[in-house]
Amino acid sequence: MIRKKYLKNLFKGVGFLGLAFLLSGCEKMIVFNSKGPIGQQQAQLIIVAFALMLIVVIPVFVMVILFSRRYRASNKKANYQPDWHDSHKVEWVIWSIPVAIIIVLATLTWKYTHALDPYKPIKSDKEALQVEVISTDWNWLFVYPDENVATINELVIESGRPVRFKLTSATVMTSFFIPQLGGQIYAMAGMQTQLNLLADEPGVYHGQNIEYSGTGYHTMHFNVIAKSPEDFAAWIQQAKQSPEALSTERYQEISGKQIENYPITTFSSVVPNLFHDVMAPYMEWMGHGTMPSSHDNMHAPDHSGHEMHNNEHAGHDMPEHEMATDTMKMNH
Amino acid sequence: MFGKLKFTDIPTDPLILSVVIGMIVGAVAIIAALTYFKKWGYLWKEWLTSVDHKKIGIMYIIFAVVMLLRGFADGIMMRTQQAMALGANQGYMDAHHFDQIFSAHGTIMIIFVAMPFMFGLMNLVIPQQIGARDVAFPLLNSISLWFTIAGGGLMMISLAIGEFSNTGWTGLAPLFEKEFNPGVGVDYWMWAFQIAGIGSTLGGVNFFTTIIKMRAPGMKLMKMPLFTWTSLTANVLIIISFPVITAALFLLTMDRYLGMHIFTNELGGNMMLWNNLFWMWGHPEVYIVVLPAFGVFSEVVATFSRKRIFGYKSLVYATAVIMILSFIVWLHHFFTMANNPNVNIFFGITTMMIAIPTGVKVYDWLFTMYRGRIVFTTPMYWTLGFLVLFVLGGMTGVLMAIPPADFMVHNSLFLIAHFHNVLIPGALFGYLAGFNYWFPKAFGFRLNERWGKLSFWGWAVGFFLAFMPLYVAGFMGMPRRMAHYNNPEWQPYLIVATVGTLIIGFGIFAMLVQLFLSVKNRKKNRDLTGDAWGYGRTLEWHTASPAADYNFAIIPHVKEIDDFARMKADGTAFKQPEKYYPIVMPKNKPYGPIIGALAIAFGFAMVWYIWWLAVASLLAIIATVIFIGFDNDNEYVIPAGEVKRIEDERFEIMSVASDQNIINEKEEK
Repeated sequence: MIRKKYLKNLFKGVGFLGLAFLLSGCEKMIVFNSKGPIGQQQAQLIIVAFALMLIVVIPVFVMVILFSRRYRASNKKANYQPDWHDSHKVEWVIWSIPVAIIIVLATLTWKYTHALDPYKPIKSDKEALQVEVISTDWNWLFVYPDENVATINELVIESGRPVRFKLTSATVMTSFFIPQLGGQIYAMAGMQTQLNLLADEPGVYHGQNIEYSGTGYHTMHFNVIAKSPEDFAAWIQQAKQSPEALSTERYQEISGKQIENYPITTFSSVVPNLFHDVMAPYMEWMGHGTMPSSHDNMHAPDHSGHEMHNNEHAGHDMPEHEMATDTMKMNH
Repeated sequence: MFGKLKFTDIPTDPLILSVVIGMIVGAVAIIAALTYFKKWGYLWKEWLTSVDHKKIGIMYIIFAVVMLLRGFADGIMMRTQQAMALGANQGYMDAHHFDQIFSAHGTIMIIFVAMPFMFGLMNLVIPQQIGARDVAFPLLNSISLWFTIAGGGLMMISLAIGEFSNTGWTGLAPLFEKEFNPGVGVDYWMWAFQIAGIGSTLGGVNFFTTIIKMRAPGMKLMKMPLFTWTSLTANVLIIISFPVITAALFLLTMDRYLGMHIFTNELGGNMMLWNNLFWMWGHPEVYIVVLPAFGVFSEVVATFSRKRIFGYKSLVYATAVIMILSFIVWLHHFFTMANNPNVNIFFGITTMMIAIPTGVKVYDWLFTMYRGRIVFTTPMYWTLGFLVLFVLGGMTGVLMAIPPADFMVHNSLFLIAHFHNVLIPGALFGYLAGFNYWFPKAFGFRLNERWGKLSFWGWAVGFFLAFMPLYVAGFMGMPRRMAHYNNPEWQPYLIVATVGTLIIGFGIFAMLVQLFLSVKNRKKNRDLTGDAWGYGRTLEWHTASPAADYNFAIIPHVKEIDDFARMKADGTAFKQPEKYYPIVMPKNKPYGPIIGALAIAFGFAMVWYIWWLAVASLLAIIATVIFIGFDNDNEYVIPAGEVKRIEDERFEIMSVASDQNIINEKEEK
């Protein structure tokens, strides 16, 4: 008896400690501490879905404990019906409740998958900031085509202004992820993918590659610095003063061989059409510029709700070409 | 002569070297012991060349347990590395080594633990459960086993010679292409996987045919035990999905060996194609390993609740629904590949629909316990642990079926926690429940309950501590497969996870102690009746423990679901038949181990570009298969008198046992 009590208390103690430990992580669970509208909605969706599923899951815990206590063999007082094996009432309940929950979840899925389509521009009075993202082995290159500046391994954005990312990879598949702003998307060679995010407030957020891409994969993280509009304008001006320029040669130095932790650098100018030229070698054999993007491939041809999928990037996709990145031709 | 192979390919890393030396010492010790005790002949004649499904089953499970130890060692190495490798501390291994370990861990656990454990249980149980004397193709069964072992052997060789893949158990296009991965690692992974996959396909064909064609008279489909049902669906999945991975791996072979461009970045290759092909196999594969475990739980929960299973039809239909749905969900493994939202929605909804039949099954098992008389044996512990832990994994699975939610947790440790949460309680707990449940059927004595339960607690508590923190770390944005990281907030969770893994290690240790003690005290726990637990409901408990070569002296005529329970109620279960007949049985044949050895040679030769050996071993395999076609000496007859002698002996023992049982029952009262 004493031993049983002791065990019970031990379990309780461990349980409380564990709970406290898990809860202490709450603030640090950055997925739930989102600083942008996309991430916030995604986090809410996670919570709602969990709550719905608990309707099915909690009774399981209760019944496991209740039934195994009540119907234990030593409890001869309990009702024993060895031939009770069928009940239409029970079957109705255990089929229909999960069905109902899944109908609700499916509706939510329908709604939010469209609402939170990464390709969908974020509504705002401000014009989106365009950023072209190129993943290399094993660094992140960010090109600002409108400002004609670029950075490596650090992304600077303007808070309160939507950011439209176009992504591609100079090498293997990677996944671009800023957990505190919203979900991830893959970057693939010879193809362009898109992501729209927004940071509500200035701050420094964590960004990373979350798709394994070789031995340097774990070093592919970067800071995302969201600046107020004034600070961002000042930063652009400052960037334009940088002595470094992203020339063809410089790009080849960065992407041509495998480098971990390339020093954070701001470039005051970028060779024209760099993003396109990174993809081009993989598309050449098919006559690049005529193929639809990966996103379009998978979209129904007539897709009125998502006009951007169709109009946006007539152009870059489908793999192609002769050799590895290090032999790619920059101008063709 | 030796292709690319050079002496320098033998790793000099002290860690690997010590493991390799350990393996060699172990192998030498086993060989020496076999020679000393002059057991080679016995081993070869009675085991390695055996076509008896019961022995093949035991060999499958031994192989799975050995590989489990290797896979677990990989797991604990990863956990330790991640617990350490923060900031200035680089941990105790470099990224390249770490990457090989996570790739090996996944490949081993799925292909060389889950699959052989599952086939092992099917082999042990299904023929006896359906009232058959063997599987449909006994020699093919042996060949399947040896293909699987050949693949596993190639995996083990990769540890000692060369390196293993660093592209994960799923392979990653285009990272696994020659351009990015010129070494032999990917080739080892590819050939080990391919060879074992052929074994699985053949096994699937064999068991599908067995269940369809070999059932005892009267056993209609809707009277089959649930383990047979879930195995049938799993085998349908094997037959349909394994050819996809075989073809995909073949395409990769052409890329890597012939310079083609199927999954490459350039020249029309498409890395997205790999993701699709892999998961068209990979997702059904999850259900291939999980469904038979569901079958085990169904058997165990009914037996130890001493009650017929609740909602038999419901369970059968739920299983069938899962089987069908599992083919149309594969895209949920890459919602983040920039698919059209409508495509994502389709696959998201089909995925969450699987939760419906799965939820129904959970409730059917619970209602089986309702108004039962539950006996808490070790198999029942595993089942209850499964019910509690598995629903958590199901919940996180449905969560990830919602594409925008998946965007936040995909490829993070949350995903790792999810699929371990499904596969450890869902599949492995089921296999261990089945292992404990059917062990007396295979060996004639029960396993030690005390250490069995300790093993359960080690696994259950360890699992909880090892994987719940990973959910949290996933919500904290930690990616999977990190050899090193800079975020100090992740570390406490990784340390707890490592402690959890050590507790799982205790669970495994307890399992080995359980085996040792049970063998030592086997006389005490002997099962004399064949109905080892006393509450058996299905036909496998009708045979002796261990069953005679022919399982059933007289093939039973099935009248009801749980026919053995019916026989016991009728009082016909233990009646000796008046007359016996001669029985035709398949002869043991050496082709299985021969083909297995040739398959290892072929795989090794392909990995190292030793072309002459590759050609020679492939031709030898083909020649062996042709030769089998001409070998007509493959059956022998057990005369009726011999059958009678064996059965008389059994009934003799049984009568002693039943007297003892009556005494025991009186004492209990």
